[in-house]
Amino acid sequence: MTRMTFARAINSGLRKSLENDPKVILMGEDIGVLGGVFRVTDGLQKDFGTHRVVDTPLAESAIIGTAVGLAYRGYRPVVEIQFDGFIYPAFDQIVSQVAKMHYRTQGAVKMPITIRVPFGGGIGSPEHHSESPEAYFTHTSGLRVVTVSNPQDAYTVIQQAILSDDPVLYFEPKRRYHDKGDVDETIDVRTALPMGAARVLTEGTDVTLVAYGPLVRTARDAATAAADEGISIEVIDLRSLAPVDYATVEASVRKTGRLVVTHEAGQSGGLGAEVAASITERCFYHLEAAPVRVTGFDVPYPYSKVEMHHLPSLDRILDGVDRALGRPNSLSGLEG
Amino acid sequence: MSTDETGQGGTRAGAPAGSAGTQGASGRNLIQLITPEGERISHPEFDPWVKDIGDEQLCSLYEDLTAVRRIDVEATALQRQGELGLWPPLLGQEAAQVGSARSLRQDDFIFSSYRENGVAYCRGVDLTDILRVWRGNGSSGWDPYSVNMATPQIIIGAQTLHATGYAMGIQNDGADSVAVTYFGDGATSEGDVNEAMVFAASFQVPLVFFCSNNHWAISEPVRLQSHVQLADRAAGFGIPSLRVDGNDVLAVMAATRLAVDRARHGGGPTFIEAVTYRMGPHTTADDPTRYRDANELEDWAAKDPIDRVKALLDRKGLLTGQFQQHVKDKADAVARELRAGCIAMPEPEPLDVFKNVYSAPNSWLDRQQDHYARYLASFGDPAGATSQEGAR
Repeated sequence: MTRMTFARAINSGLRKSLENDPKVILMGEDIGVLGGVFRVTDGLQKDFGTHRVVDTPLAESAIIGTAVGLAYRGYRPVVEIQFDGFIYPAFDQIVSQVAKMHYRTQGAVKMPITIRVPFGGGIGSPEHHSESPEAYFTHTSGLRVVTVSNPQDAYTVIQQAILSDDPVLYFEPKRRYHDKGDVDETIDVRTALPMGAARVLTEGTDVTLVAYGPLVRTARDAATAAADEGISIEVIDLRSLAPVDYATVEASVRKTGRLVVTHEAGQSGGLGAEVAASITERCFYHLEAAPVRVTGFDVPYPYSKVEMHHLPSLDRILDGVDRALGRPNSLSGLEG
Repeated sequence: MSTDETGQGGTRAGAPAGSAGTQGASGRNLIQLITPEGERISHPEFDPWVKDIGDEQLCSLYEDLTAVRRIDVEATALQRQGELGLWPPLLGQEAAQVGSARSLRQDDFIFSSYRENGVAYCRGVDLTDILRVWRGNGSSGWDPYSVNMATPQIIIGAQTLHATGYAMGIQNDGADSVAVTYFGDGATSEGDVNEAMVFAASFQVPLVFFCSNNHWAISEPVRLQSHVQLADRAAGFGIPSLRVDGNDVLAVMAATRLAVDRARHGGGPTFIEAVTYRMGPHTTADDPTRYRDANELEDWAAKDPIDRVKALLDRKGLLTGQFQQHVKDKADAVARELRAGCIAMPEPEPLDVFKNVYSAPNSWLDRQQDHYARYLASFGDPAGATSQEGAR
């Protein structure tokens, strides 16, 4: 076990992948000499050379589009989109090309592309630097979408994503980059918990609380606070956003009878809606109350002095838990 | 004639003559080796690139051009007869496609648009496979690795980036093959094509940008796309360019061979503008009489890419009755095979819709497939299961 930051854990996972497979190639803006704006790729170009760790011109569609061509040629490109809000110029290449190439070619061409995206807010950045665009991609067939919430998973899942023959969007919760944790670098990533699986973090009996990425820590803190009030919350780290491991969520809800989902992205059409609907379909007769969503608002990501109002906080999550439990809450007395 | 030989002599509507709206003012002459009248003219710079093309090769090119046109005409007919959902005709662009495709090695890799069916023919793509997508019987026609040609791209210009990435891979591998990407004049307005040129120049990859300037992006004329000759755009990216008569199969070969040779030997990318003309509609769903002057069509008919090779062969005394019969028989055989293959394509199975979305299982999709299979099975009659309307 080595204690390291989240960012360092991803770096270590990338290094392992570069060492293990000469076809792995990293590309992105500023990832070489600078080591990325968050230093996630620090030192990799120095050790693996400019042909394995490629500083590209500033053109997001080209970063993804050339990765498609490299994948055609048998490479396994790992590309960095510098910030969440910069992924939109690459949207067409991701949803029309990366996602569909395997289907289009009837399985002849594989797209083992990993797209790393630092995402989410809470770091006091200007606009375009704090978004949560995951739902655009979970809606797109052909893509796998994952996120991580702790350094060990960060280390393991990045390697699993690179090993995957399907394209993977790997969302990195940037406000957790400096969190530290123990990482077992000797872990066998092929036998570790697969990237498609959710994980029950804390067991509980009253409410199932589903979170992912940056909000997992907040959700755990909420569970700890709730325990002081005698409420037992089962926290699930979703890990995979597409597909969602519904078996794990379903088993939990069958036990607790109540579901709260939280994410930073806006509510409408978000992943929380999908989880709530799917769980309602699957275990309607086990639910004691309607599923509750605690999410960001349906607003453009706000300026930093008010972003804490937008981001689900421990207290907002607990208020949502109260709603699921039918306890007095901020919406008590409100019809509908 | 509304477009001169540079193809871009028109003045943008509303723009004063002589302003930036006038294109081709600084225009280069087209590289040409065969005149529209079928006269072989000498070109000191480009003759050496085709010096090996003797009578036999010229006859072979004529045969290819004729076969490609026959494929196009037959496919258009198949569409009109309801056998294909759609077809994008390449009528008039045979020389640009055959001349360039015949200049490549089999280990070179092509990323094209949907109109390069003549290129696909030259690569050896099975005739039935060429039609598969247009009949709606598959997401793609062929395995790209079997012919080293990606399946045609529908999104305008997207394939230029794939070719650039592939060429980066060739460079990394230390191989001496090249990537070639085909796109139209309309695509040059797309961001992806411009980003591809940035990347290709920055990394000096072995790539040929082959722009078929057929003058029309559906109803939008090339003068709406560019205030300069398309070939001139490349200079801004630091990419050398060639401007070739796209209806002259020999000139297209010479230009492509030069560009491919440069790429193969570490000289980086080249941009080729092949000036040609889309004689037919954009697709069989289009009506060009709404936006195109009939006189323009007539002008271009006089520059037909096949007629001029035929005239050249005639001048050389090679157009014997026996040879003409051979070419006709070949084209007839190709058309017969195309039609038979089209009609004989097996119908896909309902659950094929779920195939190949992912390489590995996906729990969401597996569940949907399982549910749909149960739904189909609920009809009891496997034949009835495929008929989803009025079955209950």
